[in-house]
Amino acid sequence: MNDELKYLSKRVTRGLMTRRDFVGRAAALGVTAAVANTMLASAAKAEGPVKGGTLRIGSSGGESTNTQDPAAAASEVPVTNLRMWGEPLVNTAPDGGLDFRAAESVEASADAKTWTFKIRQGVEFHNGKTLTAEDVLATIQRHANEDSQSGALGLLTDIESMRADGDNFIVELGIGNADLPYLLGDYHLMIQPGGGVDDPAAAIGIGAYMLEVDEPGVRHGFKKNPNYWDDTRGHADEVEVLVLNDSTARTAALQSGQVHLINRIDPKVAGLLDRAPNLSVKSVSGRGHYVFIMHIDTPPFDNNELRLALKYAINRQDMVDKILRGYGSIGNDMPINKSYPLFDDTIPQREHDLAKAAEHYEKSGHDGSPIILRTADGAFPGAVDAAALFQQSAQAAGIPLEIKREPNDGYWSEVWNVQPFCASYWGGRPVQDQMYSTAYLSTADWNDTRFKVPEFDEMLLAARGELDEAKRKEIYSKMGRMLRDEGGLILPMFNDFVDGVSNTVGGWSEDPNDQMMNNLASVKCWVTA
Amino acid sequence: MHPILTLVAQRLALGVLLLFAASILIFAGTSILPGDVAQQILGQAATPEALENMRRELGLNEPPLTRYLSWLGGILQGDLGTALTNGLDIAESLGARLSNTLFLAFWAAVISVPLAIFLGLLAVRYKDRWPDKLISGVTLTTISIPEFMIGYVLVYWVSIQFGWFSSVAIINDSMTIWQKLNAIAIPVMVLTLVVLAHMMRMTRAAILNVMQSAYIETAELKGMPMLKIIRKHAFPNAIAPIVNVVMINLAYLVVGVVVVEVVFAYPGMGQYLVDHVAKRDIPVVQACGLIFAAVYIGLNLVADIVSILANPRLRHPK
Repeated sequence: MNDELKYLSKRVTRGLMTRRDFVGRAAALGVTAAVANTMLASAAKAEGPVKGGTLRIGSSGGESTNTQDPAAAASEVPVTNLRMWGEPLVNTAPDGGLDFRAAESVEASADAKTWTFKIRQGVEFHNGKTLTAEDVLATIQRHANEDSQSGALGLLTDIESMRADGDNFIVELGIGNADLPYLLGDYHLMIQPGGGVDDPAAAIGIGAYMLEVDEPGVRHGFKKNPNYWDDTRGHADEVEVLVLNDSTARTAALQSGQVHLINRIDPKVAGLLDRAPNLSVKSVSGRGHYVFIMHIDTPPFDNNELRLALKYAINRQDMVDKILRGYGSIGNDMPINKSYPLFDDTIPQREHDLAKAAEHYEKSGHDGSPIILRTADGAFPGAVDAAALFQQSAQAAGIPLEIKREPNDGYWSEVWNVQPFCASYWGGRPVQDQMYSTAYLSTADWNDTRFKVPEFDEMLLAARGELDEAKRKEIYSKMGRMLRDEGGLILPMFNDFVDGVSNTVGGWSEDPNDQMMNNLASVKCWVTA
Repeated sequence: MHPILTLVAQRLALGVLLLFAASILIFAGTSILPGDVAQQILGQAATPEALENMRRELGLNEPPLTRYLSWLGGILQGDLGTALTNGLDIAESLGARLSNTLFLAFWAAVISVPLAIFLGLLAVRYKDRWPDKLISGVTLTTISIPEFMIGYVLVYWVSIQFGWFSSVAIINDSMTIWQKLNAIAIPVMVLTLVVLAHMMRMTRAAILNVMQSAYIETAELKGMPMLKIIRKHAFPNAIAPIVNVVMINLAYLVVGVVVVEVVFAYPGMGQYLVDHVAKRDIPVVQACGLIFAAVYIGLNLVADIVSILANPRLRHPK
């Protein structure tokens, strides 16, 4: 087969080109549609998992202060490591369903208060110990302990009691929660033998790879776990994670073929990088978003007319084009988008409308004093430029928006959640309940818009215990609309995860849960050459 | 005792005193960083009891003088303590990072120092003619461009376009010396370009200064070839300032290359220090600070001693 066709068919199998485009390009090269389709089929077959080799990942978000203790993981490299040596009860699947790992199945009582996880049999830890419900219990107990420093502590506060019963791990909740399996699928909750109490950073788990080399902030080397239970994961013999915090160093390493996968490509260079022949840039829409947040209990933002004026004044599309360079999608002043399960896509999109902005501003009766928006480079990538764009479009509607630039150092302690109007970002959560509970519940510590509405809290709790999906979706839709029309959140854009994948990598697929296929690229991808 | 030995001994004693003063500065500096260490480690999750436990564990409730003395005592016994963030032994992790830093600095120095001095001599020989102007022009250009920029340009051409050397300079113990040299080739080139101009210009200036002397004119009148005059009469008398600037650049190669380390993901001390400052891991910051101070003081000590030895009046006192 001609080289160009071979190249094109590979692009189709990697999802870079549609089938229709391929047949069209093939026709231009003098190949009939029937032949072109056959070629495509053989190319797809050749793409099956290749076992062996070394997969190299260049990742940002690693420091020499990192440890392998799952409780302490927060940035990308530690999470990637955890995903390799450990597995929690479940993973959130790319389609929002459950992908069972240490648990084989789960059942809930009708009130969603009692959950029974059946633990997978015949699974071994790296140290040869067999996985039991006791290990699961000890692990969750370690993270749920009040004194623990675990990043998952907040997720586990509703648990009233837990016990191991034969092969079952049983959780009793104070209030029903239909999303409990997702919460227990959090990446901190990697099952460790005996809960990892004796040596939390031992990196002994049930994952597809075993930690061989551990140089925090430099590199982490892994070897295939020969006793791994699932042969659809863990294709390469060895995986090496190189910590490349500098974004140019990452793209250079991918271009020169020293690594196969990289994360966090700067949107400014993504378009150019994608033109390189030996790799492709993957943009996956996720749940992370960039925001401007107002405290709705502080003047002048206690006036909903003024909030609406600002919401109409922002030009969302312009921001996606200029700040995200197209690697993202517009927001609708609610933290939920189509990447979430149970999202209602009939909620009307708020448009950029200067006339309406001016009208609401007029109605608010604001005295014309400057409205101060605080921002910093570290608030989100491009936050200072985004604030400037916002200022311009607000001024066009006659709103006196003024930008105050703050230093990065101390932004999260002195400005965010302290000052009444500032730029910020959220990484998104696996389910709507968790996102709303983290930042929009009256009692939430991180309620950074001071959105304290009893009606909203009631709906949130009602939805949490509701196992009927249609009813749940309806409640979430109402909550979304309420936040959109009354909240203190201006959400102009959802940012994409932008990763880079070498052409010698197979098995890449989209996963909206997190960057790099929910950080599972290391166990799901393989090396073809 | 030979007066030169006295001088050297004096310098050494002064060096130790300076290091001691530096240790006080480092300890004081890290103590006045905003936020108490326990607060920084616990962050948002800090409860009063946890803070109290942590402070007791770290000995933060002791008066500063007591803490300083126990820290100094530990260091004098070779105990740098353990990192607060990941509980690893500092001496062990720091040792690996330091040897990497020295490895990179060594190869950069092996190439840049002789090259700079040779180019300096060449520039003097062809003073104000095109080789002089070319050498000065090129080296001044490379010192004026930010080092990360030189790094990126070299990575683009040498690594991506030609594929000669690796763009990632991560080295480890399982690599052979050739693999290591291949990995650090581009960073060494960048560092060479960055330090070349300073040393070259100083060599040129120092030798030109000597060249104005009457005895050089005499040598010239006697018909001695120019290069021989420079080598035998001018260079030995210009050694002191040259050694000084060489030592400053060597110190820079050890303590100032954090930007190059980041660009090439090189596992040296700079990145290690920056990571721990961000997390307020004070014992590590103090240990790094002390090592950097020791390197600076040590190299300057060497420069002083060499200048003394290079001076015949000090070497052969009446």
